Amino acid sequence: MNTPEAVAAAGPLAHPAAGVPDLVAAEDVLLFVNAAITATGQREFHSDADAQRLSLDFLHTSVRVNYRRVYAASLALDINHHNAALIVRALLETAGEASDEERRTEGRLIAARLALLPPPRVYRLFGELRRAKVNNRRTRAIMRDWLAARPDLGHDAVKYRAGLKTAARHIHLRCRQEAEPLPETGEFLFRPGRSRRYEHRLLDAWRRAHYEQGAVTELPFSVAEGFAAKHGMKREVFLKRAAPRMTRLERLRTQEQRVVGDRRPDVDLTAMPLTRLASYVLSLGFTQRAERRAELTGALRAAARRAAGAHAGSWGRVHAVLDDSFSSSGSGQKRRRPLAVALACHHLLEALAAPGAYRGLWTSGAGDALLVRPWGPTPLGARILDALEPGPGGAAPDRLVIVSDGWDNAPAGLAGEVLRVWRQRLDPGRRTAAVHVNPVYDADGFDVRRLAAGVATAGIRDAEDLPALVEIARFAEGRAGPEELYAYLDRRVARFTGEGGTA
Amino acid sequence: MNRLELTGLTVRPAQMWGGVRLVPLVRASPVEGLRLHREVYEGMGAGIVELGPRERYLSYIPHGLVAEWSGGGGPAAGAGGRRSAAYGTQFGGGEAPRAMPLPALPHHRMAKRRPGDRLRFLPLHLALEGYLALHFGGPSTAWEEWSRAALRDGLSPRAEDAYLGLSVRGLGDALRVFEIHPDQCGVMVYVSDALAAAFVVPHPDDYRLLHASLVEDLYGELVHQYALYGAPVPESPVRITGEEHIGGLGDLRAAALARQREWAQAHDTLFARELLDTSYTFDRVYRMKSFTLWRFLPPFVRDGGGQHIGETITDHKGRVAYLKTFRLSDAQIRRGHLLRTLAGADWEPDRAAAALGASRAELIRRIRAAGFGALLKGGV
Repeated sequence: MNTPEAVAAAGPLAHPAAGVPDLVAAEDVLLFVNAAITATGQREFHSDADAQRLSLDFLHTSVRVNYRRVYAASLALDINHHNAALIVRALLETAGEASDEERRTEGRLIAARLALLPPPRVYRLFGELRRAKVNNRRTRAIMRDWLAARPDLGHDAVKYRAGLKTAARHIHLRCRQEAEPLPETGEFLFRPGRSRRYEHRLLDAWRRAHYEQGAVTELPFSVAEGFAAKHGMKREVFLKRAAPRMTRLERLRTQEQRVVGDRRPDVDLTAMPLTRLASYVLSLGFTQRAERRAELTGALRAAARRAAGAHAGSWGRVHAVLDDSFSSSGSGQKRRRPLAVALACHHLLEALAAPGAYRGLWTSGAGDALLVRPWGPTPLGARILDALEPGPGGAAPDRLVIVSDGWDNAPAGLAGEVLRVWRQRLDPGRRTAAVHVNPVYDADGFDVRRLAAGVATAGIRDAEDLPALVEIARFAEGRAGPEELYAYLDRRVARFTGEGGTA
Repeated sequence: MNRLELTGLTVRPAQMWGGVRLVPLVRASPVEGLRLHREVYEGMGAGIVELGPRERYLSYIPHGLVAEWSGGGGPAAGAGGRRSAAYGTQFGGGEAPRAMPLPALPHHRMAKRRPGDRLRFLPLHLALEGYLALHFGGPSTAWEEWSRAALRDGLSPRAEDAYLGLSVRGLGDALRVFEIHPDQCGVMVYVSDALAAAFVVPHPDDYRLLHASLVEDLYGELVHQYALYGAPVPESPVRITGEEHIGGLGDLRAAALARQREWAQAHDTLFARELLDTSYTFDRVYRMKSFTLWRFLPPFVRDGGGQHIGETITDHKGRVAYLKTFRLSDAQIRRGHLLRTLAGADWEPDRAAAALGASRAELIRRIRAAGFGALLKGGV
């Protein structure tokens, strides 16, 4: 079911139920895509986690029932991990509602998406499938294929012990003699404490770590942390010794804890993903940011150049309005996320714009991007007016990008009015392309908040996806019709399953 | 003085959340020489205040305010939360006041001088006590209708109900998601577009620390009911009309500024009129060099509009440096009106009835309905 030949046969997406106007359907699709990119079921500044989850659940059910093919196809877009797992689970739970051909396409999409998800997400998804009692031949095959593609099950058995155990039990994974790593892993999971020693390096380290401090740092960091606490190892010593075995993000996360005196651990910040890096920068105090200005700005610029890739320098004159109001502080669960996205977009847009043709305006009026903080109201309208002013050469901007959660409150609605009047009176020829990207899902509206009808709004999760999002936002503006939207989705599905499905 | 003088404070666009509308007030420059600090009391806010030798005031008193007029900006000036990157995620920051580890002693007096140029006072309770003490002594002349208890003890014990801000639905959330303006020194709280409270402080840093304390304030019955039963206030986003005359970005900017001016005017004349256009009876509480702490009572006229009691600190020109108000419920306005009328007629029932334009029987009924039945003799 997961063969590359089948990819070529992937037909166009069937249009939703007959009689439904295409335009409405297209709007629903975009609404769902926006939600699937931004919503994580976590607390946001304006709404709590329950409201977010309830709202998202409704949206998923509604789209799955009404536009099942689109629902599956959204797995091919840059949606976030939370929604990808929700979609996979919903598709597998309601496989009976799909036709044979739909199931084949879904299977390919699911396999390709699972390969991209981080393993903890996948193991959690498998656990949820078990709890939901979804255990048919197809589900088992999908889980088995995914497990077979894991590079080292011994590593998973140590790091995701409960997850792997649940999955193995759920799909009756056979630990036969001929499959090399499995017998020992099976022993490890289901008959712990029997073996005197394991052949596999990590399994044996886990056994020894119970009584030997030296073995602790051979383990993956998250597992080693528990053993270190058990042995009462000093945190600084432990972090220093465990550093080589950390993943890239663990290294970034523990970086501030690993500072000894004046000596910073030599982490290559330029290799970090752009938005994560922005989050890290914002987690530092003002004095630190000012002291390490060259290093941090350099890392942000390098990450932005990498994220821009082939698009670099191709966007012409770009003016941006970036929201650093108090609401961009996010919530306790998503600390400063909207602000981090704005900061990342600031650097990415600088890389995308023609050299020297970028102007970024923060809503608070801050001039120094490195020292931004979530503070004050959101006078979006006034800042948009500033951003529409011609650049140094007297030329109007080619693109206007607004990065904001859409809560325009000083005064409310001025941004929408400014954009409306500007489009109607001052730029009817659409010389300047305006797009609003919004990092926050609005639970009450089942969408990201919009500023004005004439300006496309797209959800954004990581700033790195900005070029792809601007492509989708075209459809929201209403200039590209539903036909083009479905053709675009088909292209994305074909490309996604073509690349990911063969892996 | 008989008016509240809010010069120096500019209105900024309102922020709505559910049924609550918060209107920020911004100062171009902070009031020189006056700062306010908050001190938090232990014991779940159960507070006793000794007013006089035999008078006690009991209420929920979670915190007090300390006014400091020594001229210097105080310890929090400059180095405060302004330059901290964490601002916005840690409300109040490291300088947030801590509970004072003291035994639950009664507070001595509503306003009490502290060492140095400092005055501790209990916000809102100062004003509320002024309302409760209205003609607290009871009948001044022993007309035969008044009971012996009334002549001996006056109105004591006298009680009024108020609601804690936490129990006003939506207020806590509205304050949490409110985005404080950089130079904000005050806020007007509207619930279902009825003015519930006004709060003004001398310095933006003080405001930032005291913003959250609004949920621990007292609110009248009307405010609580409006919040509970009222629908969310309609958002009234700005509209730029006459776009056919807009020919450039400059025109657009001018139109946006005009909307801002319109809102400021509409707020002062439409929303806050009942607070600003009423003449109050001011009662001086304490004098601190060029500043004066007052509490004020409304005229208790029954014209259907809101009536506010409160306390204020004014500078030598009468401009408001600090203000906190409490909206009385209709029943409380009626009680105030009745007591004022009775006192104005020297507690003579027939004259009071005439002043109210009602019969004697009607006056007796009104006294009983207002909860002052104990003042009357049984046979009346």
